[in-house]
Amino acid sequence: MRWAVRDTLAMVWRNLTVIRRVPQLLVFSLVQPLIFVFMFRYVFGGAIQVPGGRYVDYLMPGVFVQTVAFGAINTAVGLAEDQNKGLLERLQSLPMSRSAVLGGRVLADTVRNVLIVLLMLAVGFLVGFRTHTSVLQVAAGVFVMVLFGLALCWIFALIGLLVPNGEAAQAAAFPLLAPLVFASSAFVDPRTMPGPLRWWAERQPVSITAKAVRSLMLGGSEYPSAYVWGAIAWSLAIIAVMAPLAVRRYRRS
Amino acid sequence: MTGSSTAGSSATGAIVAEELRRTFGEVVAVDNISLTVPRGSVLGLLGVNGAGKTTVVRMLATVLKPDSGRAMVHGFDVLTQAQDVRRSIGLAGQNAAVDENLTGRENLELVGRLSHLGRSTSRDRADQLLDQFGLVDAGNRPVRTYSGGMRRRLDLGAALVSRPPVLFLDEPTTGLDPASRLDLWGVIESLVADGTTVLLTTQYLEEADRLADNIVVIDKGLIAAEGTAKQLKARLGDTVIEFEFASPTVAKSAAKTLGGTVAAGTIVRLVMTAGPATLRDAMNQLSAANIAVSHVALREPTLDDVFLTLTGTGATS
Repeated sequence: MRWAVRDTLAMVWRNLTVIRRVPQLLVFSLVQPLIFVFMFRYVFGGAIQVPGGRYVDYLMPGVFVQTVAFGAINTAVGLAEDQNKGLLERLQSLPMSRSAVLGGRVLADTVRNVLIVLLMLAVGFLVGFRTHTSVLQVAAGVFVMVLFGLALCWIFALIGLLVPNGEAAQAAAFPLLAPLVFASSAFVDPRTMPGPLRWWAERQPVSITAKAVRSLMLGGSEYPSAYVWGAIAWSLAIIAVMAPLAVRRYRRS
Repeated sequence: MTGSSTAGSSATGAIVAEELRRTFGEVVAVDNISLTVPRGSVLGLLGVNGAGKTTVVRMLATVLKPDSGRAMVHGFDVLTQAQDVRRSIGLAGQNAAVDENLTGRENLELVGRLSHLGRSTSRDRADQLLDQFGLVDAGNRPVRTYSGGMRRRLDLGAALVSRPPVLFLDEPTTGLDPASRLDLWGVIESLVADGTTVLLTTQYLEEADRLADNIVVIDKGLIAAEGTAKQLKARLGDTVIEFEFASPTVAKSAAKTLGGTVAAGTIVRLVMTAGPATLRDAMNQLSAANIAVSHVALREPTLDDVFLTLTGTGATS
């Protein structure tokens, strides 16, 4: 058990070294959410109506959740590349803990997600986003979305082990994420959507997590705290199903 | 076998595989392979791409589980004592399995830490290996600045971090320039001189010839031949005669007449078992059968001949 922790930390350190060596990568992963912020805040924002408050306050929690969701692609790309380059083979031949490779990957990407969320929070404040709750509640909001990001990382860990290389991982990720991120309450109120789409957009985990973050950062009667528990339940359920599948796939060889 | 934590008796060999088999879906990668590598010796696993060499190595290195069969490495069972096996082996795969973004030193230290050597031992070992492989100056540079040869040396260094008594090298010199290849051969020879047991795979007869005490030729997941380099060459004769004919049909009937092997459509190969007399007899047989030869060439035996002669589809002598 002690070795499992040490090995996992060694792998987290290894996976995070890329951020220290090539910090541009972190900046690049901010480009996409920044485009969304400018597009929805300034291009479409004026035309979008949301219940109970300013659009920028509605938008930013959605962008945060979008950012952690897309951040999970890193897990798939990282593992697929390690496999492609033969690094997983080397690690599998070492007497290290069997759980440390996936655990180290997912935890490193979670640390990365925290950094990105904090940067995006700063961007939010620059474009006029304001929280209406205590610092503790805002921190809880960060926790809820990072937990959701961790859950998605486990889905993408499995994908990363199933595809041959990083490009394939990237290609496999988008069709999976698009209906989650865009057919959701992240950017607009689903009540404006047609029947079946609305049904999906109101129930799926990205929407619930976005609402949970709004509840924790904005408060108010529009977003009751039930969403917080809903988001946590979704995340834990995804982890409970996907983590064992990914670990089984890793060990199966 | 007992579950003791010490290695088994040296009489059994450092690597013993019995009837290993592994399939991937419909594809039989390794059909039935048994082999023994005595302690301190080098076994060359020779075969073309897709013959099953890498799958054998991956099963012995506990990366892949066999569908059936069993194997002992350094006295430990690869299935039930995998962690003990992993403490006894080093693996250098086909592509340099090093992290591009870490420095050479960091790569070696990471392997040391994951091999549970402890932080300071890992650091000392990294220093020694950088020195041994001529990477001291490049040690603090990210690996993505390394040349192909430097990466291979680092990769081999990473396989040696825990001073493993058993070493698996999967095509260690594929893609290297001739000078780097000679360098690497020297390193492997000095490891063997220090008592390391090595199983190496290669596509090059020359490499197996130089490094291996014993050679196992595998083809389509089965053992096609085994022995010392000398014994294998003796089976091939010294020289191969290549006859070229006007069409594949003619070549086929010529192969039947000569007892040779059809290679590449219109070419028939014949091992020169009886020296120049083989050529004279062959020409006589062909003219007796009224078969016209369009071209004749003499070639030294190559790995191709090993396969065509030992496992070839045509009639073999």
